[in-house]
Amino acid sequence: MPFFPHLLLATLEGLVTSAVLALTALGLSLVFGVMRIVNVAHGEFFMLGAVLAWAITSAITGHPALGFAAALVLSPLIVGFVAWISERLVLSRIEYNPEATIVATIGLLYIIQQLALTFYGPEARPVTPPLNYRIQLPWFGYSGYKLSIIAASALLLLAAWFVLTRTRIGLVMRATQYDRETAQAFGIPVGRVYGAVFALGAMLAAIAAVLIVPISQAHYLMGLDPLLLSFIVVIVGGLGSLRGTVVAALLIGVSDGIVSVFFSPTLAKIIATLLVALVLVFRPQGLFGTATK
Amino acid sequence: MSGDGTAKVYALHAAVIALLLALNFALPEYHHAVLARVLVLAVFAMGYNMLFGYAGLLSLGHAMFFATGLYGAGLPLYHLGWGVPAAFASGLAAGLVVSAGIGLLALRTSGVAFMIVTMMFAQVFYLVTLYFGEWTRGDEGLVLQQQARQVAFGETTLDLTNPTTRYLLAVALFAIVLFATLAVVRSRHGRVLVAIRENEERTRMLGYDTFTNKLAAVVTSGVICAAAGAAYALLFGYVGSTFASVQYSILPLLWVLLGGAATTLGPLIGTLFMYYVIDIASGYTSAYMLVVGVVLILLVLYFRKGVLGTVRERWVRWLP
Repeated sequence: MPFFPHLLLATLEGLVTSAVLALTALGLSLVFGVMRIVNVAHGEFFMLGAVLAWAITSAITGHPALGFAAALVLSPLIVGFVAWISERLVLSRIEYNPEATIVATIGLLYIIQQLALTFYGPEARPVTPPLNYRIQLPWFGYSGYKLSIIAASALLLLAAWFVLTRTRIGLVMRATQYDRETAQAFGIPVGRVYGAVFALGAMLAAIAAVLIVPISQAHYLMGLDPLLLSFIVVIVGGLGSLRGTVVAALLIGVSDGIVSVFFSPTLAKIIATLLVALVLVFRPQGLFGTATK
Repeated sequence: MSGDGTAKVYALHAAVIALLLALNFALPEYHHAVLARVLVLAVFAMGYNMLFGYAGLLSLGHAMFFATGLYGAGLPLYHLGWGVPAAFASGLAAGLVVSAGIGLLALRTSGVAFMIVTMMFAQVFYLVTLYFGEWTRGDEGLVLQQQARQVAFGETTLDLTNPTTRYLLAVALFAIVLFATLAVVRSRHGRVLVAIRENEERTRMLGYDTFTNKLAAVVTSGVICAAAGAAYALLFGYVGSTFASVQYSILPLLWVLLGGAATTLGPLIGTLFMYYVIDIASGYTSAYMLVVGVVLILLVLYFRKGVLGTVRERWVRWLP
């Protein structure tokens, strides 16, 4: 294949990665922004979403799209419920102390991973894509499903932006983020907001996982990469900034796609991780964020 | 601190070492081998404790320092045919260089950013060990042969594959690091570290150079962990990238939290306890990660100070 179509293919693959990454990272960013905690188990919520998608689609017979639609609704709901329970049972009781939270969410990571291994097994399993349409470009055919992932993610990001900036729910969340105590004094049930935000963050990761699982595969160890990539995106984009998250996801996803096509994927990860660690060292507010405090 | 307290402290630590030496003759074969491994891993935990317990810096990347020692010793021995002492020294030197470099970079951040940065540097290190699979053989790892793991002292040859030699060397390393840690935490520098942990701003205002002290703590911690890694490679003859993975950054945190952060003997107790918990649990179920996860959560919920931390708080105030 000549250079240009090759580059186009790499860019398209990168856009699919970006679309999924933006949703996952938005979940992490929301939790960090509002609750000021780092959720190390975020990748496991992603994995749980994918594994549940497999379970739901294989339980429902009939047209693949039917099972997939059910998975897209049920899987995030179950994951959100699990996240909500763990927030209420553990995180709220250690009072969101940053370091204790990291240790607790690491514990959660191990528990979820082990349960997935025990009940789902060590195999990687595919999910049938809901639509099987190929779009024929002049140089190669491209999966219509992959393009629909990009569209779905863009719609969800728009919806998230609308909820965060234009509705009462978003207002309550921003108030809690801005000043927890004052928000409480004004009658905002901060504990319930925290539980909801934690669940919402996990649900975004689960939706991203359900979208990606027909083209990758569900596996109990699949959570680590999205976790690290989401960290990268959230740091580069600046914490709590939705626009920054999307721009950073595009940047990381597309460059990861291009570098992985032309060079080794391991090398791509090494360079991306190293660059971001250095960004965090020398520009802690992120590339697009503004300095706080 | 009174002279009486000092004597008690040193007597206690000497007694622990004496007990470990005595166990060499008393333990059945299986537990003898387990304890040798636990002692090396406890050195790793003591290195972690130096930074986390005393200086209050929570790193999620210490697998990197352990693996630096592991590869720093293992690669020259395997590829260049270096002797055991030279390989061990090269492991320590690698630990020194890597921890100084990482410290200079990572210490520009603090708190949560420090955790994420150390985790990322460790992930880069892990990926690098996979990327250079031609030399490291990645996950599969390298097995160091028996004839390479022997040291000649004139007439006698020390065979590191012999269980007794291995155990005694592990105790020796443990003892050296234990007394070194004790000396560091009782020194001026150790007290400054605790002051930084409690209130960094105030310590800086009192005129202490907090950055240099923290950097020294990172380097001490890194070199101790590298020593554990190098010893692990030489004593157990296996060098693989699993030891550089995130899991090996989490485990020392777990061991130190369990045994008691900022106690000199806590890491040993935590490592020993956790090793046997997993060992016994894996006899009944393969779900050992579940045990690790549940223990971590229970620790932060109900038992923040760990075993020796609680003992010190309730009964034995002079415990270092």
